Amino acid sequence: MSIDTSKVASSNGTKAATASKPSPAGSLATWADDRLGLATAMKKNLRKVFPDHWSFMLGEIALWSFVVLLLTGVFLTLWFNPSMGHITYEGSYEQLRGVGMSESMASTLHISFDVRGGLLMRQMHHWAAMIFIASMMVHLLRVAFTGAYRKPRELNWVIGCLLLLLGTLEGFTGYSLPDDLLSGTGVRAADGFLKATPVVGTYMSFLLFGGEFPGEAIIPRLYIIHVLLIPGILLALIAAHMLLLVYHKHTQWPGPGRTEQNVVGFPMLPVYAAKAGGFFFMVFGVIAIMGGLMTINPVWKFGPYDPTKVTAGSQPDWYMGWPDGLLRIIPTGWESVIFGYTISWNVMLPILIVPPLMLVILMLLPFIEGWITGDKRDHHLLQRPRNAPTRTAVMVALMTFYGLAWAAGGNDIIAIKLDLSINQITYFIRVAIFLGPLLAFWITRRWCISLQRHDNGKLLHGYETGIITRSPDGAYAERHLPLSETAAYTLTARDRDEVFHANGETDAAGVAAPNTRSEKLRAKLSSWMYVHNVQKPTRAELEAAHHHAEHEAELQAGLDHPVDGHQFDDHHLRDADEVPLRGDH
Amino acid sequence: MRLLNRTAGRLSRHRRGPLAGLAVLLLGLLISGSLYTALAPAQAQDQASATEQVAKGKELFLVSCATCHGQNGEGVPTVRDGYQLGPSLVGVGAASVDFQVGTGRMPMARPEQQAPRKQVVFDEEETAALAAYVASLGPGPAIPDESDYSIDGLSEAEREEAIARGGQIFLTNCTACHNFNGAGGAMPRGGYAPSLHGVDGKYIYEALLTGPQQMPNFSNGNLPPDAKRDVIAYLNSLEETPEYAGFTLGGLGPVSEGLFAWLVGIGGLVGAAVWIASHTTRTKKSKVNA
Repeated sequence: MSIDTSKVASSNGTKAATASKPSPAGSLATWADDRLGLATAMKKNLRKVFPDHWSFMLGEIALWSFVVLLLTGVFLTLWFNPSMGHITYEGSYEQLRGVGMSESMASTLHISFDVRGGLLMRQMHHWAAMIFIASMMVHLLRVAFTGAYRKPRELNWVIGCLLLLLGTLEGFTGYSLPDDLLSGTGVRAADGFLKATPVVGTYMSFLLFGGEFPGEAIIPRLYIIHVLLIPGILLALIAAHMLLLVYHKHTQWPGPGRTEQNVVGFPMLPVYAAKAGGFFFMVFGVIAIMGGLMTINPVWKFGPYDPTKVTAGSQPDWYMGWPDGLLRIIPTGWESVIFGYTISWNVMLPILIVPPLMLVILMLLPFIEGWITGDKRDHHLLQRPRNAPTRTAVMVALMTFYGLAWAAGGNDIIAIKLDLSINQITYFIRVAIFLGPLLAFWITRRWCISLQRHDNGKLLHGYETGIITRSPDGAYAERHLPLSETAAYTLTARDRDEVFHANGETDAAGVAAPNTRSEKLRAKLSSWMYVHNVQKPTRAELEAAHHHAEHEAELQAGLDHPVDGHQFDDHHLRDADEVPLRGDH
Repeated sequence: MRLLNRTAGRLSRHRRGPLAGLAVLLLGLLISGSLYTALAPAQAQDQASATEQVAKGKELFLVSCATCHGQNGEGVPTVRDGYQLGPSLVGVGAASVDFQVGTGRMPMARPEQQAPRKQVVFDEEETAALAAYVASLGPGPAIPDESDYSIDGLSEAEREEAIARGGQIFLTNCTACHNFNGAGGAMPRGGYAPSLHGVDGKYIYEALLTGPQQMPNFSNGNLPPDAKRDVIAYLNSLEETPEYAGFTLGGLGPVSEGLFAWLVGIGGLVGAAVWIASHTTRTKKSKVNA
């Protein structure tokens, strides 16, 4: 074996070799590696593999819009003055000149009209916030629908839910800072929500506002929560979220060559660094275009907050729309008076009880599912939504609930834009919010199950070719051809669902089994979850079907010359096997 | 005579003074104006044409309005107490007619929750005749003159001040229904506060004065004429001001913003994700086997 070493070493003889002079980049890397030990870490991580699928990039939208939030947010802090000190506006927006307002409102107007690029930055910051939370939600839906939250990723799911909560709170505090009419109305509503808490409500309100609403303290307090406290926690949780992602490795769709032990995809360098880096610029670009072209929160039109004023269309930003919607549809009279104290169920239920309850349900989903299935295995292969019909249906039911409550939050805009009565919308949603999720659950589950049945049909009888043949006695039939090995493997790469059966109540010695009650509940839920599912065909069924298909093919061999009219033109007669197939069946 | 001479002399001393020309001009105008008022036969003619106008208005009223408002504008009650086919028009004044008919709201196409703004049925002369007839039924607010709602007569500084003041009055009294942008809002049971974009100042003034449909009445005691003028000036200034921040998305507040965040923002970015993920790193098929 002769290797030319002259380029890297001066000698291959008995004298010790001396290394040739490394390149500048190489020497810098060596310098850093000697001190930081980067090579060991990078060696592994630069080759880290990510699987390719569009739905795996939804969380990235959230990450990149958070980066845009940090960048634009820092810009805004350079001019924003979080103070409730009262001044008279003398800036360049004419319609408000001479109007008294807080310094925070005045500095927001200053940023909007007198700081170069300030309005663009404000709008980008706001659009990025809307997209940040929206992308967290679509990412959450992807994770839930594919079963990616199963073991070992349950805790990362919980961290994700906390990120969603914190993002929402961060959004609310940011929405409140400019102290314009809309944000003041929002803060007033928040004050009302706090005060609706039994016993401690007024204390909490006085603590937050430093006295009676509005006081002088709320804006500086919200500011420090908005720029330091919540972003700090968000950053820490995002770091934890991503470290766990690296530790668990990414999930992937099943397919040939993909197992629970590997990840098939492209390495970080050079592929995913370029894809993710490029995606950052796309996210930045979309947000910049929106910030440049589309008005968001025109505070100058709202004017400064004044408790005597309110505007039609006073809504929170979209992510707080669904509690607002619940508040809008709840009957107003739901209050009870206990010992002279009013308990406002009409505020407590929609704001203080249901949203936190929904969040808890969301966080518990993987644990509840894990308990019912009793599945303690690690899962790195994703499930198609149809292959977990009950889970998919539960998610769709939750989405339906969310969507209806969300629509109720915009009931006035729906009413004027669609020429409807706001009262009728409210009555409809009051009923639909209970029936809608049930209906959605039922439809989704049946839909998933029939899709499973369709998959089995394809496995057993082949896919539909679109070739219609007419038999000698005049009957028409569609030709089916067997799936490709790859497609068949992908469709069958899923586990059979096993319904859990509780042990007998008493053993042979007449001693009751432990945890009988919870086990029975578990068995009942397991059966509810799985019993209607369609399982993939067994090996015997598949073999029988293939045998049958071959037999059919044999029978049809002689008849396999459909008269399609091409005998009379130049197109040569095509055999059924030569018919171009759709996709990669 | 001496006295007269002395007076004449005193006057004469001022005849080349700085105010002499103005005084003579005013005197001349006063005399000719008084003579014209005293002698011209115009009054009688006006009286006659006004009577004619009312008569013409009544004719139109009987054809187009009387079904709901009654043959003498007394209103038509229905069998249910407190409900009316059409309310009494006694005392609603010319301003009310000018608003309702001038914007096409009346005559209504059909009985419904609220008369929408639509194509105007009557021309200006007919509208004036109807207004004159309804005004003759009882005293009510008259059609405002342009000087009532225009700020053209004010100085630059006063105008600016009027606009800023009008904005605050608008936010206090109007936005609860019409929205901060004047884009309109929902009212109970299918009613709505209409958009104020592109509405003539006269009609806004009349609406404030007469409180049409579900709108409360902002009488001159509640909202003085100057305040009404300022609100109109503010709304006009909003229309003249460029939209600094780009497309307004309907100017409806956070609901439309959320809609666009999802459709354009998330929609566009999911599209970008699909695009990125569907393009693998290989550009040539031949390399696949390498």
